[in-house]
Amino acid sequence: MDVLKKVPVREQDPQRRAANFEEVCLGYNEEEAIAEANRCLECKKPLCVSGCPVSIDIPGFLSKVKKGEFAEAFGVLGEASALPAICGRVCPQETQCEGKCIRGIKGEAVAIGKLERFVADWARAQGIKPEPPKETNGRKVAVIGSGPAGLTCAGDLAKMGYDVTIFEALHEAGGVLVYGIPEFRLPKEDVVKKEIENVIALGVTLEKNVVVGKSVTIDELMDEEGFEAVFIASGAGLPKFMGIPGEQSNGVFSANEYLTRSNLMKAFSEDSTTPIMRAHKVVVVGGGNVAMDAARTALRLGAQTNIVYRRSEAELPARVEEVHHAKEEGIVFHLLTNPTEILADENGWVKGVRCVRMELGEPDASGRRRPIEIPDSEFIIDADMVIMALGTSPNPLIANTTGGLDVNRHGCIVANEENGQTSREGVFAGGDAVTGAATVILAMGAGKAAAKGIDEYLSEKKK
Amino acid sequence: MYRIVKAKELTNNIYLMVIEAKRVAKNCLPGQFVIVRAEEESERIPLTICDYDRENGTVTIVFQVVGAGSLLLSQKKEGEAFHDFVGPLGRPSDFCETPLEELKQKKILFVAGGVGTAPVYPQVKWLKERGIPSDVIVGAKTKSLLIMEDEMRAVAQNLYITTDDGSYGRTGMVTKCIEDLVAEGKKYDICVAIGPMIMMKFCCLTTKKLGIPTVVSMNPVMVDGTGMCGGCRLTVGGEVKFACVDGPEFDGHLVDFDQAMKRQTIYKTEEGRRYLAAKEGATHHGGCGHCGGEQ
Repeated sequence: MDVLKKVPVREQDPQRRAANFEEVCLGYNEEEAIAEANRCLECKKPLCVSGCPVSIDIPGFLSKVKKGEFAEAFGVLGEASALPAICGRVCPQETQCEGKCIRGIKGEAVAIGKLERFVADWARAQGIKPEPPKETNGRKVAVIGSGPAGLTCAGDLAKMGYDVTIFEALHEAGGVLVYGIPEFRLPKEDVVKKEIENVIALGVTLEKNVVVGKSVTIDELMDEEGFEAVFIASGAGLPKFMGIPGEQSNGVFSANEYLTRSNLMKAFSEDSTTPIMRAHKVVVVGGGNVAMDAARTALRLGAQTNIVYRRSEAELPARVEEVHHAKEEGIVFHLLTNPTEILADENGWVKGVRCVRMELGEPDASGRRRPIEIPDSEFIIDADMVIMALGTSPNPLIANTTGGLDVNRHGCIVANEENGQTSREGVFAGGDAVTGAATVILAMGAGKAAAKGIDEYLSEKKK
Repeated sequence: MYRIVKAKELTNNIYLMVIEAKRVAKNCLPGQFVIVRAEEESERIPLTICDYDRENGTVTIVFQVVGAGSLLLSQKKEGEAFHDFVGPLGRPSDFCETPLEELKQKKILFVAGGVGTAPVYPQVKWLKERGIPSDVIVGAKTKSLLIMEDEMRAVAQNLYITTDDGSYGRTGMVTKCIEDLVAEGKKYDICVAIGPMIMMKFCCLTTKKLGIPTVVSMNPVMVDGTGMCGGCRLTVGGEVKFACVDGPEFDGHLVDFDQAMKRQTIYKTEEGRRYLAAKEGATHHGGCGHCGGEQ
């Protein structure tokens, strides 16, 4: 075995998986996990931990895995994260823990993410559940949204003894974990549902079908329902469109709509009562993880699928692993290409996308080289469906109905990074509602910080 | 679960149900809508609120069976429950936020088409409770399809019923009724038209000609209803708007109805197939144009 290389992880064959919704990565078995954990050098100053937004004691849990003490390893994970089976699957480890791993200097970093996933999956298979706290303090905290930020904050506060209620707008808990990330990356029944059940098992109450700002306001929660603090983790909001001609044609969808139909409403399954359009040739516009998810979903629903992105491969915001998987499955990338018009037939249905070729100019404000149109380079890609994966802008529902809550010029809620405190006393916020669309783990980090902030605030208030 | 306190068929294929939903009942206003799911695996169906009782914590919905999802809703009985019932969604009607003194200066005309009578009702009622009279036109294809006549008569200053076939009330479409009323000397400062998209489109063409500003309530394809999916987008005055958060009510003279009607057909065939499958079950042998059973 080459100690400089990761123990390879088994995956479903690309051709086979391109036609099903089962998980792509199959994960490690016990022997593979122990072998991979043994690559950890247990550094005195573990840089990996500083790269983790929720500061998991990585050498600590890996030292348990080395000895085959998986239950103990799960205990170490549980101290820092309520959602390890999810993080092990969707965190961008390559830029976080694994990005800082000393092993990575000469060879490949330790596969921390795959090991986290292994331990969490093992514990779930054994039926190990976190214990609710022995003592509760009876003080009520409301958490708005049951995505990664909300679940993390709720879990941490429940462990401290608070009486936490999560308010979820949809009919199912999980936020982006259920409506956004597809089954083949993050299984819903076996992984997401189980980890949410673990948070609920800590004594958290979940009330679904409540749109805070509409069904109830933050003022009502605090003044009439007795909540002493509120954490806003309502996530990202309205999908962006390009504003090009033809965008309202039939067959143009936001990635949010397409993925919500497939993931939350299970429209990928023939049994679903929610329809989804089945196309022959799809163009997905965008280069982030959401674009990859949408493209790989369309591919699995039987379409020849193309990604159109205006910069080059180096600038793709998606995780390298996702791009690699997408290519393996047969998705065609049209890089340095930008749509200028969506063409429709006489009945208003999409029939193609007019594109223009781009080249990279000087770096812009984001530090990335600005794409510039190449004159007279227009061409048409045939398509009967177009999916726009261009990001989202914040949902104004809560900000508009909560007096004294400051938002920035992008409409994001302003919150202190250290403790989640907003401009309104007793109201905290974190996750995409504050940062704009980001990652699951950053949202969890914010949820964790806010739980600490809320505990400090309420402890102080009592005095 | 959300208990069904009352369920009845108003007329062929149009149902009224009173649902226990305390949070919605407490905070809803005319113009807003809810999303309902009959069972755990059902699709999300947006329905405009038809009435509410803050004291008893109930909300009334009226719906027409048009697909598999609404068929399932209609099969629920009194005492049973819906799996999900969320709201109130969307913005309330503009007049809910207009100062009463200003409202009292206006002559308001409501135009309801078919099942659109239901969402018009709470608006007329809300105004009447505040001492503001309004005229109401209710249009239906034929007498037997008319709903909520008595309820509407109790809250409207003047109720004008018109049927396409002349089987009851005046004869003709609602657009003719609007023109006739104006010709009879009625003056209106504002019109609120709710019904099928095609009816709202023609109402707007008529009121534009007559110079009456008109509000319409749009009901496009929708998934979450909270501003996340963008499926309900419309072009209003050249701008893209989301019916669920910016509406559902818009300036009817600015709405691009032709585009909205085209977008309405996105899932038509797919839905039709599911509807027939749900309604006819194993007895379905063709007619949908897709299964090939008729050949």
